[in-house]
Amino acid sequence: MTALFDTLASAGLWAATLRIATPLIFGTLGAVLCERSGVLNLGIEGIMTFGAMVGWLTVFNGGDLWAGMLAAALAGAAFGLLHALLTVTLGLSQHVTGLGITLFASSLSYFLFRLNVPLASSPPTIEPFQPLSIPFLSDLPFFGQAVFTQTAPTYLAILMAVFMTYVIFRTPLGLAIRMTGENPHAAEAQGINPVGIRYGTIMVGSALMGTGGAFLTLSAFNSFFPTMVQGRGWICIALVVFASWRPGRALLGALLFAFFDAFQLRLQAALGGIIPYQIFLMIPYFLSIAALAVMARRARVPQALMQPYRRGER
Amino acid sequence: MRLERRSHRPLFLVLVSPLIAIAAALAIAGILIAMAGAPVLEAYWRIGVGAFGSRLAATETLTRATPLILTGLAAAVAFRARLWNIGAEGQFYVGAITVAALGSGALSSLPGAVLIPILFAAGALAGMVLMLLPLWLRLRFSVDEVVTSLLLNFVAVLFVSLLIDGVLKDPLAFGWPQSLPVGDHALLPKLIARSRLHIGLAVAVAAAVIIHLVQSRTVFGMRSRAAGLSPAGAVFAGVPFGRTLVMVACLSGGLAGLSGAIEVMGVKGYVTTDLSPGYGYSGIIVAMLANLHPVGVIAATVFTAAMFVGADGMSRALGIPSYIADVTVALSLLTMLIALFLTQYRIRR
Repeated sequence: MTALFDTLASAGLWAATLRIATPLIFGTLGAVLCERSGVLNLGIEGIMTFGAMVGWLTVFNGGDLWAGMLAAALAGAAFGLLHALLTVTLGLSQHVTGLGITLFASSLSYFLFRLNVPLASSPPTIEPFQPLSIPFLSDLPFFGQAVFTQTAPTYLAILMAVFMTYVIFRTPLGLAIRMTGENPHAAEAQGINPVGIRYGTIMVGSALMGTGGAFLTLSAFNSFFPTMVQGRGWICIALVVFASWRPGRALLGALLFAFFDAFQLRLQAALGGIIPYQIFLMIPYFLSIAALAVMARRARVPQALMQPYRRGER
Repeated sequence: MRLERRSHRPLFLVLVSPLIAIAAALAIAGILIAMAGAPVLEAYWRIGVGAFGSRLAATETLTRATPLILTGLAAAVAFRARLWNIGAEGQFYVGAITVAALGSGALSSLPGAVLIPILFAAGALAGMVLMLLPLWLRLRFSVDEVVTSLLLNFVAVLFVSLLIDGVLKDPLAFGWPQSLPVGDHALLPKLIARSRLHIGLAVAVAAAVIIHLVQSRTVFGMRSRAAGLSPAGAVFAGVPFGRTLVMVACLSGGLAGLSGAIEVMGVKGYVTTDLSPGYGYSGIIVAMLANLHPVGVIAATVFTAAMFVGADGMSRALGIPSYIADVTVALSLLTMLIALFLTQYRIRR
């Protein structure tokens, strides 16, 4: 019992929570943005993989760390454009298109990575983002060390959640996005261009997903390896439902999820001899499924989610 | 330029659309090969030779196609009813590990003629159970089954890893995490001598034909199509919607579980966590390339398996990463979606 308390009281646990949450915050915010305008983006897993690869490769080839983040965001936006072409302009099944983009983006990442970096016993590494101590705040006892000594992208993710809440609920653009997600025909009658809005949200949302992937290779780890995203994209899709399509709750959901993940990692270290580690690794996936089951009926889904919009067609 | 819905889908276009899609995917992947500095035509020629150029190559391609036909069918039957089973990968693994558990233990002394059908059924049953959880969550809590069935893939592989690190670990495997091998009676007879090709291929082809007959000739087939075309319309017409989806889920999960069972009994004899190079996910592509037609799945699988088998030799000869096969196959899914769209719509100026 005291061991449990010591774990909870350790600054390391809370620091790890923020670190684990960062890619999930980016990914979930990106997925929230897409779905708010009525488009499910199951390309997320592949886009995160591609972002992780392209961000890492940019830095490996001599680029700045922020250039890596930017490259990941742009690559994400490019896949977003492809998703928008297929689901908005052509109105194809959002499920199948998204899965197709995931399969395409992840296999293309592995291909381009292997083409640039030959197979080696230990993958080459880069110098990742260093923790950024915020003056004064990081000197605060306990929380200062846990919360205010993260790398820059973590702060960016949190600011992004605040910014997105503002945009979606407090600006005319946010209203247009929400209207498009609820009823694109009504939105069009109000002079809003639903097609333009959807293209915009999918591309910006996918850019956020790419950035989340790049955090994995540029901050959390320092190398790229296939399958490193490990279902984080799918977890983000579950977190969107858990967050009822609200950016603020997406931030909370990602933090809560990351807390459980960080906690199970420490339990694993403590109980590894008694309980097999695989049980602990299953927990995040079961948590996501449980969160879906609890929230699916309560959450208010954007009414036009997964419905293609064609002018003059019902 | 605008899109106009065709009054009817020309059958000819529907039939050639997979060929157009594959040609387009090969053309786009060709750009990647050229950018990587290799001769494109030679690369494709080498893939063809690697997949069909010799007796060994052809039997390897068919061996690779066997589990893929079954996961492709699993996706095709589910998608036809708009049940998004993306969990074939996990169902494959639970089918495989169930066979390893039963076939290496108490039952292994049974004669093959009894044991093999039992193991087929057990593997299929395991896959069914894993698919019923996402379906239950959908029917009970309206949870989208895409995400839940996907997440269960990761759980299933961890579950297999747990067992082959623990109770099912082979003590003679020099510490490698692999399951106990199934008994000799549980191994499938070879279809062609001096090759790895086993009777699993015949089972998979028979499954495709049977599913085609079920879908086109039975009430269940009609109901599952109706459930996919319009849930509300199906309910209005008196289709027991929930029950139909349960049956579709059992069929789909069962086929994926059977795929895992057959792969263990036909090729390796034991289970590792890399038993499947993504058969579950490739199955989705195969199903779409076949336009969800069960017999078409066989043809689409031959293309997909040939890409994967042929890419290895091409990769060694030309230094192009063999991931190009994954890229091409994934691209063919996207181009197929566009090709199918153009069978329904035409572009007008």
